[in-house]
Amino acid sequence: MNKRLKTKYDVIVIGAGPGGLAAAIEAKKAGAADVLMIDRDLELGGILLQCIHNGFGVETFKEDLTGPSYAQRFIHDALTVGIEYWLDAMVLDVTPNHQVYVTGSQGGFRVVEGTAIVLAMGCRERTRAQIQLPGPRPAGVYTAGTAQRWVNVEGYVPGKNFVILGSGDIGMIMARRLTFEGAKVERVLEVMPYLTGLSRNYVQCLLDFDIQLQLRHTVKRIIGRNRVEAIEAAAVDEKWQTIPGSEEIIPCDTLLLSVGLIPENELSQKAGVALDPITGGPYVDEGFQTSLPGVFAAGNVVHVYDLVDWVTRAGQVAGRRAAQYAQCECVKEATTIPTAAGENVRYVVPHRVNPETLTTEEVMLQMRVTQPMEAAVRVEVYDGDTLITRKTERYARPGEMVSITLKGKDYDAVRQAQTLAVRVVRKE
Amino acid sequence: MSVTEKLICITCPMGCTLEATHEGSTVLNVEGNNCKRGAQYVQAELTDPRRMVATTVKVQGGVHPLAPVYTAAPFPKPRIFELLDALRRVEIAAPVQMGQVVLENALDTGINVLASRDMPKSAA
Repeated sequence: MNKRLKTKYDVIVIGAGPGGLAAAIEAKKAGAADVLMIDRDLELGGILLQCIHNGFGVETFKEDLTGPSYAQRFIHDALTVGIEYWLDAMVLDVTPNHQVYVTGSQGGFRVVEGTAIVLAMGCRERTRAQIQLPGPRPAGVYTAGTAQRWVNVEGYVPGKNFVILGSGDIGMIMARRLTFEGAKVERVLEVMPYLTGLSRNYVQCLLDFDIQLQLRHTVKRIIGRNRVEAIEAAAVDEKWQTIPGSEEIIPCDTLLLSVGLIPENELSQKAGVALDPITGGPYVDEGFQTSLPGVFAAGNVVHVYDLVDWVTRAGQVAGRRAAQYAQCECVKEATTIPTAAGENVRYVVPHRVNPETLTTEEVMLQMRVTQPMEAAVRVEVYDGDTLITRKTERYARPGEMVSITLKGKDYDAVRQAQTLAVRVVRKE
Repeated sequence: MSVTEKLICITCPMGCTLEATHEGSTVLNVEGNNCKRGAQYVQAELTDPRRMVATTVKVQGGVHPLAPVYTAAPFPKPRIFELLDALRRVEIAAPVQMGQVVLENALDTGINVLASRDMPKSAA
């Protein structure tokens, strides 16, 4: 902890993962006089530190880095530009007037105030309770990320024979990691009819090691009293109901859950930030400002990204805007145009766009599709019947974020629009 | 005789689905790739498949008991488990520097295994 912790900062960033680090660095570079980063872990870097596999940074650095290496570049930058940080400290509350209540192993309880606040708490894994898995409650049922922390950081392998529920990236990466550590992964089950993680992880984590993936399958119940002894797998129909007669007992001692991530917004809610029920994150504008003036949100706290590079980019935008807010201490009364999810789009982030932003920078609209489309698609932004911009993608999959960028040339159209509705449709 | 098969390129997160036509290890045609690395990937998969390998090694006196490590270049796929066995026998001492060579010329492949991060000494 910084010994001379002040009571007031230009920008306070809550969370020191990739979103928080990018926001803090960018805020400082954009002129914030002082930036404080608070994190409950003992080190800066967040969950990247347990993601020891490579695949990070291809977009940001044009290099293929491991999670810890990716984090370390930003940690280095944060220290170089003079970000203050307070580790092993838990933020208990954020008030609507930007007061942050913190308790830490060093420093005790403090109240610090940020002219601007950046929420960068990341996301949490869905747990057994949230997917309502029936059966007894033996030891041996963990989220994939918890197992990842044990295996990669703390040095414990939590079982010998694993079944993994969910084909998200963390689940597949853990299947490979456990295989490397001598465990046997009996099966990966996915309730959806498609892979939910990146295709390349299917190749390099499952196919490479002959780990069987079963789509449209789930865990019907867990068997075992003190420790998991087996799980009963079953096929599901279109309505996600298990199909009688399809049950199979798979002996195993551990069940890992990789069943989705939810933006972590307990603090945002306490602060009074309005949340989008679809993403689970705050409603944000193109600068990632939430419904509360001066409170920004960076990275997975807004919606769950599949690449850290995009979290970094979002963090940079949020950090820059937070610094601008802190320097003028004003709320710009801006007319914003709402975005909307059209055909085959589940949600769009940001939720509103200030057209004036387009005079100086581009605005990326990010979305997830509802249904996979394995042929060429058009991503189109419409205002009513008027096409504003569009682009072609080779395919669209729910597991991979889709984006389209509004540029300077779109300024006039966006300014006059009632709504920016995005749809993803088959290319004729 | 030439055969056509589907491969998913793992070079970048895009994960292009490739249709590769080849005769033995001679690539005749690749379709579905968005960049030239797709064709290179097919060639490598047919002749010398390689993967980046990331794992951990033991650390003495560090803030954590393990340090994450990775291969400096993609490693021959058939020898991954041999490499993991070799790394299980490696133990390094804190402080560790990011990029530090943890295992030089692993299994005589010419590929070094490097530390993924700094690992300071534990305060205790």
